[in-house]
Amino acid sequence: MERIGTDTLRFSKRPAVLSWASVVGDKESQGPLGKYFDICHPDPSLGMESWEKAESHLQTEAVEKALQKGGLEPENVQYIFAGDLLNQCISSTFGLRGLGIPFLGQYGACSTMAQTLGMASLFVESGAASCAAAVTSSHFCSAERQFRLPLEYGGQRTPTAQWTATASGCAIVTVPEKAPSSGVRIRDVCFGRITDLGIRDANNMGAAMAPAAASTLLSYLRDTQTRPQDYDLILTGDLGKVGSDLLQQLLRREGMDLSGIQNDGGLMLYHRQEQDVHAGGSGCGCSAAVLCSLVLRRLQAGELKQVLFIGTGALLSPTSTQQGETIPSIAHLVALENSRQSSL
Amino acid sequence: MQKQKNHSSAPNITPKEYGELAKKASPPSPSFKTIPLAFLFGGSICCLGEALANLYLAMGFPEPDARGLVSITLIGTSALLTALGFYDDIAKLAGAGTLVPITGFANSVVSPALEFKSEGFIAGLGGKMFVIAGPVLVYGINAAAVYGLVLWIFG
Repeated sequence: MERIGTDTLRFSKRPAVLSWASVVGDKESQGPLGKYFDICHPDPSLGMESWEKAESHLQTEAVEKALQKGGLEPENVQYIFAGDLLNQCISSTFGLRGLGIPFLGQYGACSTMAQTLGMASLFVESGAASCAAAVTSSHFCSAERQFRLPLEYGGQRTPTAQWTATASGCAIVTVPEKAPSSGVRIRDVCFGRITDLGIRDANNMGAAMAPAAASTLLSYLRDTQTRPQDYDLILTGDLGKVGSDLLQQLLRREGMDLSGIQNDGGLMLYHRQEQDVHAGGSGCGCSAAVLCSLVLRRLQAGELKQVLFIGTGALLSPTSTQQGETIPSIAHLVALENSRQSSL
Repeated sequence: MQKQKNHSSAPNITPKEYGELAKKASPPSPSFKTIPLAFLFGGSICCLGEALANLYLAMGFPEPDARGLVSITLIGTSALLTALGFYDDIAKLAGAGTLVPITGFANSVVSPALEFKSEGFIAGLGGKMFVIAGPVLVYGINAAAVYGLVLWIFG
């Protein structure tokens, strides 16, 4: 491993993504990516007595499915990095307590998938583990009751609001020798800095997070001396419509054009207009499910060769919002490539 | 907001400039649609109230009782619609039309009661029932007391 520039870590082993799985709710399964998910739950409660239990179960299933697809047992995984949106990350701790895998809880709000995947690959690259897992989840109903209002409350959402996805995604990272069948390699990670340009509207998290995405992307491009055109896809998650527009505008000010290259998990998960999700999807599970379904599959198939996955998180809490604070945001980048391509 | 140390790759924009950019990129609520809908739904609820008042008067209730029964009927109906899961679908269209009348108050009490039942009847249902309506009660009752005092002194 080598540090390039100020913020980027370049891996020499190129950890492999051995397997991945995604578990989603009904609304997500009716979106454009419906057929790519491993498990779909028509009942948002999953037959559980609380939304928190339902969300925990999404994580359990995502990990079990990813292990099964990789031909692994829990004891083959040396560390699991996991996080979610609920207070004290209870979806992760409760959902994974039965697995017996050494556990490291993470909180990066909606950037958690990039953060956990980055950490898992760092552990594999460093030799601390030969196999590590990354998982995250979100659930519309558990997020609403913690961050907003009761489900049956008769309120209206603003056009800039995003819809928290009921979804979970898990990726298993191993040393390349253990994953001969996998074509997906992790080349670089670039952990972001906390960025705050003064947005206060908790119903406009895309606008709050776009500067963080821009900051991390600019750091990475500068460190690696590459341009957006060198990548097949720059996948942000989850800026939604407003945040994606703002990211593109911010990059344009720096003389870079992202149009046709950048797409966002929050825009890919739903039919935005017909499914009435306003500015798009959000929540840890949104970018996780998009990554751990269509995007990794297309990387594996070689249809995508170079992908920058940028998880973006709004680091607010209901308390900070009520106290009128601005919204600090973060973005972490994981550079993925198809191993059959000559690397940059 | 805390002043940030500027690192070299931070987007070259001030919070003020970005605020303006963000405002332009954020679509406003479609008030050409929401305001007329709120007027229609709110007005309809008021008409329904009047119709109920006339009905109760025709049934022989004295005026104060009839007015009280109107409130009870509207509250009961809202609570029932909330519990059956229809109220939020109506309110999504109606906006302030269902929020401002007494129906909105009923919904704001019943919806947390339903939501927080999973934390038990004491800390959950009981403790969280007035989490939205609480401020309305606190300031409403205080305003009534002040108004009563003014009336008592000058009235």
